[in-house]
Amino acid sequence: MQLYEQTIFSLQQMLKQRQVSSVEITKAMLNRIEATDSAINAFITVTPEQALKDAKAADQMIASGQAATLTGIPVALKDIFLTDGIRTTCASRMLDNFIAPYDATAWGRMKVQGAVLLGKLNQDEFAMGSSCENSAFGLTRNPWNQDHIPGGSSGGSAAAIAAQQAVATLGTDTGGSIRQPASHCGCVGLKPTYGRVSRYGVISYASSLDQVGPMTRDVTDAALLLGAIAGYDPKDSTSVDCPVPDYHSALKNDLKGMKIGLPKEYFIDGLDPDVQKAMDQAIATCRSLGAEFVEISLPHTNYAVATYYLIATAEASSNLARYEGVRFGHRSETSSGLIDMMMQSRAEGFGAEVKRRIMLGTYALSSGYYDAYYLKAQKVRTLIQRDFIEAFKSVDILLTPVAPTPAFRIGEKTSDPLQMYLSDIFTIPVNLAGICGISVPAGFSKDGLPIGLQLLGRPFGEESILRAAYSFEQATEWHTKKAAL
Amino acid sequence: MSITRQEIEHIAKLSRLALSNDEKVLFTSQMEAILKYVETLKELDTDAITPTSHAVPMENAFRPDSVTPSIGHERALLNAPDKNETYFRVPPVIE
Repeated sequence: MQLYEQTIFSLQQMLKQRQVSSVEITKAMLNRIEATDSAINAFITVTPEQALKDAKAADQMIASGQAATLTGIPVALKDIFLTDGIRTTCASRMLDNFIAPYDATAWGRMKVQGAVLLGKLNQDEFAMGSSCENSAFGLTRNPWNQDHIPGGSSGGSAAAIAAQQAVATLGTDTGGSIRQPASHCGCVGLKPTYGRVSRYGVISYASSLDQVGPMTRDVTDAALLLGAIAGYDPKDSTSVDCPVPDYHSALKNDLKGMKIGLPKEYFIDGLDPDVQKAMDQAIATCRSLGAEFVEISLPHTNYAVATYYLIATAEASSNLARYEGVRFGHRSETSSGLIDMMMQSRAEGFGAEVKRRIMLGTYALSSGYYDAYYLKAQKVRTLIQRDFIEAFKSVDILLTPVAPTPAFRIGEKTSDPLQMYLSDIFTIPVNLAGICGISVPAGFSKDGLPIGLQLLGRPFGEESILRAAYSFEQATEWHTKKAAL
Repeated sequence: MSITRQEIEHIAKLSRLALSNDEKVLFTSQMEAILKYVETLKELDTDAITPTSHAVPMENAFRPDSVTPSIGHERALLNAPDKNETYFRVPPVIE
């Protein structure tokens, strides 16, 4: 097995036993990026000098007996995370030359442990998209089939795992942006409960929905990485002050006594036959491991996409008001006066999807439409949240597909925003309700594209979904398959 | 739900976006389609429902009002498109 194919867990052991140094692992990853990224374009910025410097420091930490979970492990971050002294673009021309003045808390916690930063990953601009095609720095290709999208918005974070360019990555998930690309690229992606991980230093899209989470090769690594980043942060007043359990010790290989709900609204006629087949097999596997299945109903599922595109765009229109060309970001050269400078700077700095969402959000919040759109959506959000509360009265977790189809072709949905939005139908309700969810590899389509399984848990029920995901993973071999590159 | 060009121009102004003519045409039809889709929410009777603005119920998050170090002028101005000593410089506000 090549060094670049290893997991956090296996590298931890190898580093501890001095079988390998962090510098060696880091060089292997940097060579792999060099060899594969002209085809995949998972990275916006690669930071080789910094990585080798970090790796040397990590080796010293290990030598002096100070190793922590992530010491010496090469990782990469979605370019939405602020990284002190390193360019942070959010895949936008607006932030082309932006050098972050401080670290995001999630990254800061990894850095303190001695994690090695390989670079910053591609995404949809400002996390707005489901395909990684809305990047000012070119699209990212799916390592399993380069004519297909890797998913989005954390497409680079998923593709980098599938292309074995990083051991683990961080993504963010506002409507499925961790789980959907994880599903499309055959890796594990965990969206924690809202408030579990600090959002400080994460460039805001829709603040009541955004959440940070790990993207990894397997469930064990997701548990390890979540443990490293989770917990209350006084700098994020929406992070929740409740103890962080030992997620690694929650990984029991057993589903006995676990009651799993199957929401009937998620198993619809329009589901791709390959996805349906993977779900049927997964249900059979979980049943053989001792799980009991119950059909349940989430009656407001069909209203989730509409609700999301009003709430998320409204919050985005407000969050993105900060890009005015005064304090940071792009400033137009061709303007006359202050207001015109702002309007031109934003016109030149933002891509089409970002403009569209700002427009939609501004409309939903504007005088005369606020009650009909924004307030209405907030009320429907209550109904969607109640659906989940009701469901979790009778089951421990839920099992659903992550997406209705495997990764679609590049260009297939770019001209029709609404079709693009509808590809997130199974992931969006989770963000509206604020609960946790994980995507685990569960099969392949006839054409060889990965298909993910989604497990959903109660608020702060990460241990339950990790245990179920781990048991499923141990009983199957999907996570061991590798994209040929 | 139909949107007029005047409405698109009004929203663009509120959004502080200088849109090209092509963008105005494109966004008019795309926003019409999206707004038509979100009309489905009207099927639901929500008169007695409280709106949810935040997934996790929370009280205000208070902290002690203590003096702590801040980012400082140099770092705060690091990414400024234009600056003058310790100030951000902008085009004239009043002509």
